Amino acid sequence: MMAAAARFFIRGANSKLSISGVAAGAQSSLGASLLKLSASCNSRTKTQRRHVAHFTFQPDPVPTQYGPTQKMNLFQSVTSALDNTLANDPTAVIFGEDVAFGGVFRCTVGLRDKYGKDRVFNTPLCEQGIVGFGIGVAVAGATAIAEIQFADYIFPAFDQIVNEAAKYRYRSGNLFDCGNLTIRAPWGCVGHGSLYHSQSPEAFFAHCPGLKIVIPRGPVQAKGLLLSCIADKNPCIFFEPKILYRAAVEQVPVEAYTIPLSQADILEEGSDVTLVAWGTQIHVMREVANMAQEKLGVSCEVIDLQTILPWDVETVCKSVAKTGRLLISHEAPITGGFAAEISSTVQEECFLNLEAPISRVCGYDTPFPHIFEPFYIPDKWKCFDAIKRMINY
Amino acid sequence: MAAVRSMSKMYGLCFHAVRQTAGLKASGLLQHRAFRATVVHQQQPFDSSLEKPQFPGASAEFVDHLEFIQPNVISGIPVYRVMDRQGNIINPSEDPQLSKETVLNFYQKMTLLNTMDRILYESQRQGRISFYMTNYGEEGTHVGSAAALDPSDIVFGQYREAGVLMYRGFPLDLFMAQCYANADDLGKGRQMPVHYGSKDLNFVTISSPLATQIPQAAGAAYAVKRENMNRAVICYFGEGAASEGDAHAGFNFSATLECPLIFFCRNNGYAISTPTNEQYRGDGIAARGPGYGMLSIRVDGNDVFAVYNATKEARRRAVAENQPFLIEAMTYRIGHHSTSDDSSAYRSVDEVNYWDKQDHPISRLRHYMTARSWWSEDDERSWRKQSRKTVMEAFEKAERRQKPNPELLFTDVYQEMTPNLNKQRESMWRHIQQYKEHYPMDLYDK
Repeated sequence: MMAAAARFFIRGANSKLSISGVAAGAQSSLGASLLKLSASCNSRTKTQRRHVAHFTFQPDPVPTQYGPTQKMNLFQSVTSALDNTLANDPTAVIFGEDVAFGGVFRCTVGLRDKYGKDRVFNTPLCEQGIVGFGIGVAVAGATAIAEIQFADYIFPAFDQIVNEAAKYRYRSGNLFDCGNLTIRAPWGCVGHGSLYHSQSPEAFFAHCPGLKIVIPRGPVQAKGLLLSCIADKNPCIFFEPKILYRAAVEQVPVEAYTIPLSQADILEEGSDVTLVAWGTQIHVMREVANMAQEKLGVSCEVIDLQTILPWDVETVCKSVAKTGRLLISHEAPITGGFAAEISSTVQEECFLNLEAPISRVCGYDTPFPHIFEPFYIPDKWKCFDAIKRMINY
Repeated sequence: MAAVRSMSKMYGLCFHAVRQTAGLKASGLLQHRAFRATVVHQQQPFDSSLEKPQFPGASAEFVDHLEFIQPNVISGIPVYRVMDRQGNIINPSEDPQLSKETVLNFYQKMTLLNTMDRILYESQRQGRISFYMTNYGEEGTHVGSAAALDPSDIVFGQYREAGVLMYRGFPLDLFMAQCYANADDLGKGRQMPVHYGSKDLNFVTISSPLATQIPQAAGAAYAVKRENMNRAVICYFGEGAASEGDAHAGFNFSATLECPLIFFCRNNGYAISTPTNEQYRGDGIAARGPGYGMLSIRVDGNDVFAVYNATKEARRRAVAENQPFLIEAMTYRIGHHSTSDDSSAYRSVDEVNYWDKQDHPISRLRHYMTARSWWSEDDERSWRKQSRKTVMEAFEKAERRQKPNPELLFTDVYQEMTPNLNKQRESMWRHIQQYKEHYPMDLYDK
């Protein structure tokens, strides 16, 4: 009981910090104790400066093919996708810890009022229960959208995800499946999240056949990819870069649209080096590409992988066959990280095209630290230096 | 008085109901009362004017003396029984009055399962199938509960509930096909033996990880509730599996989310070699139910009518009231845990013999039938012969059948075939083409 309460406050406080600087009436509903907690961490301006130093969000061009658009940040585009789903699919339900009042990151604001208590509801504080419950909903044929409050807390549900969700269809000979299950979870570093509000656990799941793992880079991608995950007939994990929830703002179509899974997105064409990343790190890569062009005259091709599993081997290999060099970057620790998988596959497929060893710029093999975050993350300078060394190889 | 009150707190959620009756009723009655008086716990409305605790987390009175709540494990929740060991109905008002046809069907399904168990157990000993788990001693829990359900009710099981499938009419051929993992297996030969599943019979495919099905059943029950089609879900598990975190999750979720779900615990005294006193220290599994706000009962698992009655009533109320029920069926695992286990290493033969010879669900039902002249020695002999013959026929047919095409190793991982898997599939076939003499190709469908 005590531990559970403590965890809630930590989570609440954290979300409060990560959304700092934005006036919102809803925040007051978190209660006085939370506000006090947040005030005690009174480095609000420093926190913001650190965010700015890490990356600059670059909006996508306004998508015109899906009808009218609206300015949304990432959490609003997630809400919009969920709204479209609940409106179009009467079986769809959304559940998790604290989703009813709108979620600690505001992703489900208004949905309960609009669609009813039986469709948007809180569960007990128990991740293995949330995922197991979601699998059951999906097995019975309904659409289940489960939220894990932080990707860091998905591990209690690892068994349900890896042994159950991922293997349901296969082991039953396709008699039963939980393809209607989507698990959403805030993901990635946030400036001050420390060990348990910063993790990027995609590689743990990438070793598990039967799952799809998807990570968007901004609001437009978030909505389109989330709607694809929800519609996909396989269990999907959708990781939402929480540092972008409010920081990333762009024009997002109001109506439902999908962006295909397992397709990487070439954001910038280039001829000298291929840069592969996903989530927030894409914005770091874009900046690095500019730096490499300006300072080194190097032309970078920037690829957003978007789907970690099953990943788009073809697009990446085609790019490397052209550029001859590859840099992969992710926030997660390097050993056993997903860059290792990409690297060895590209080495196998593009051996004759490679002009330098494949470079991985990743988090260090440590837990994610609190005060040392600026030194831990694979920021633009680390990536830039790797490009420099690769070009001079 | 103090003892009575503390006990009621242990079991009951409805303190007021208990207080009203405290001192008037015997403690045994109180337990019943607490079960039946259970109401859904609502967050207490805040009213500072009342001279009572205002904590949002519980509805209770203050008490001015220090007193810990005692668990009641000596005199536990009573075991509901309809007939005695000789098949006599104890309390006529509890007799479900099932027709002769129904009772004969119960008996034949239980004994057919028993016959299948014997043959498949032997076949594993001879190395003809890789693994097997028998249902000895627990046939009554399967058939009694299955009979009380609607065929559209979804079943989530552990692995020792083959009798539920048997009752629903799963063909012997398909039981065998699964154990042999031949080309007729609905599961395409991918799982170990006894991991049955049937979409048509609403029996969700068994998986090995224990208790994972428990929160899943809660989710399915929630979805079924929203469908509003008068369906329920039943979820079976052993007392060992109830120690898993997923059991806690499933109980709590189904109560807070008000799911029409029956939790059916087979408490057979052992989880492989671990006796129950190393599994828990409370009053079994049934005593946990009230802690979750769940109506709970303990039944004699060797009494098919007691199991039937409890399941029938739980199902009726689960659907009508959208709330979960917990049934703990006390029984005894007569067989080894599995074919990979020799249970004489951790328990006595005398103990096993008692349950096999003196308190067995099959023999008890047979006594009941014999007393009504519904079953004779001749009936028994000819049914034994006939059931053995049908099982052997299915067995031999399954053994002769080819294994599924190796291609099926790659399908159903995802709904669609991914490029990556397709590549690996082609690579396997290329490899086999070149090295076919090293692979058992002749056993597999082309």
